[in-house]
Amino acid sequence: MELNNFRNPELIKKIVTELQCWKKPVKFMEVCGSHTMAIGHWGIRKLLPETISLISGPGCPVCVTPSSVIDSLIGLKDVTIATFGDLIRVPGNKGTLEQARAKGLDVRMIYSPMEALEMAKEKETVFVGIGFETTIPGIAYTIMEASRKNLKNFSVLPAFKLVPPALDALLSAKDTNFDGFILPGHVSVIIGSDAYKLLPEKFGIGGVVTGFEPLDILVGIKKLTDQIKAEKPEIENEYSRVVTGKGNVQAQEIIHKVLEVEDALWRGLGWIPKSGLGIRKDFEEFDATKKYGIKITDTEERTGCRCGDVLKGNIIPPECPLFGKACLPNNPIGPCMVSSEGSCAAYYKYER
Amino acid sequence: MKKGKIMCLAIPGKLIKKENDKGIVDLGGVNKEIFLTFIPEVKEGDWVIIHTGFGLNIISEKDALETIEILREVYGTE
Repeated sequence: MELNNFRNPELIKKIVTELQCWKKPVKFMEVCGSHTMAIGHWGIRKLLPETISLISGPGCPVCVTPSSVIDSLIGLKDVTIATFGDLIRVPGNKGTLEQARAKGLDVRMIYSPMEALEMAKEKETVFVGIGFETTIPGIAYTIMEASRKNLKNFSVLPAFKLVPPALDALLSAKDTNFDGFILPGHVSVIIGSDAYKLLPEKFGIGGVVTGFEPLDILVGIKKLTDQIKAEKPEIENEYSRVVTGKGNVQAQEIIHKVLEVEDALWRGLGWIPKSGLGIRKDFEEFDATKKYGIKITDTEERTGCRCGDVLKGNIIPPECPLFGKACLPNNPIGPCMVSSEGSCAAYYKYER
Repeated sequence: MKKGKIMCLAIPGKLIKKENDKGIVDLGGVNKEIFLTFIPEVKEGDWVIIHTGFGLNIISEKDALETIEILREVYGTE
């Protein structure tokens, strides 16, 4: 296999040399957990001058799922809880789903939400609807299928999160400060690179949608510095081999048919207006919040975890007093340490 | 890839069979059924990006092979 233009050492050297000349201190956020992993794996931070800081943003879906989602699931009786595997180790205020399973709660890990429909044929099943725009269309389609098949034993607990409103909120907050964004690759497959236009238009800040190769990420960083130099913030699509401007319109239509925009609670960040999706009235029989009277509230206990400040880019993980001491990948206290794509877990693995 | 692990990753596979809105993809020797609801225009032989059992879009073979290589390196997936 011919690999590849995106790891050409000469090109990498050239771009790193150019970046090394950058003098103005800037802070760029990579929004997506897969970028966090790739940046750590390729050692990108070590290639950059001190003037360029990379901050890991809120792009790990299990990390931003509030404790009350987990607590309300643990409180359910006589149901099967179907979930993506990453969520089961996330601590809520009453422990994790994994611990609850050891005490008898029927928790099953699945790869596709469609598998939950099969489970619902045997037993009342609740699927935990976490995820960003990459994951949401498949779950919306699963709800449509449940409706078409007239399944009575199936519901979804909606805890969906939308990326552009979160970036809007991060930039609107008084205690944050960014100069550019490395925008997510796979979320953008669905929503398209045009979805980020609010960054330059509302905030005068640019962004680049990039892939996951070392050169993808370095080119993204270079383009951000070029934009700053030229004082022309815009959204560029460096990953056009996979992402289009408009995104996947079919997937967007299915999302809008089944779900509607609502405010959402982000762990570490609090309530963000219009940053989530709830289930539309036409499909409310599949809404676990209605079926079981679940209300998502801000119940985070104070553990000393500073995940929120990490997600906002105010501190890097080692600045949290728990990092690497009380909070470790095999004993996570905060959500950023749970998933391998969480900022703290990636930092622990690659940057210590 | 381990079941349910790293839910937000999307991985490439080659569509070897298409029947209405369902298809079979080859994921490096393992066959998996996926839904083609979001990419109705896909043809057998195309490479697709797959996430939680759904095809998200169609990509070139070159990009697919490069992406598989990255996943192996960064995530240690097979």
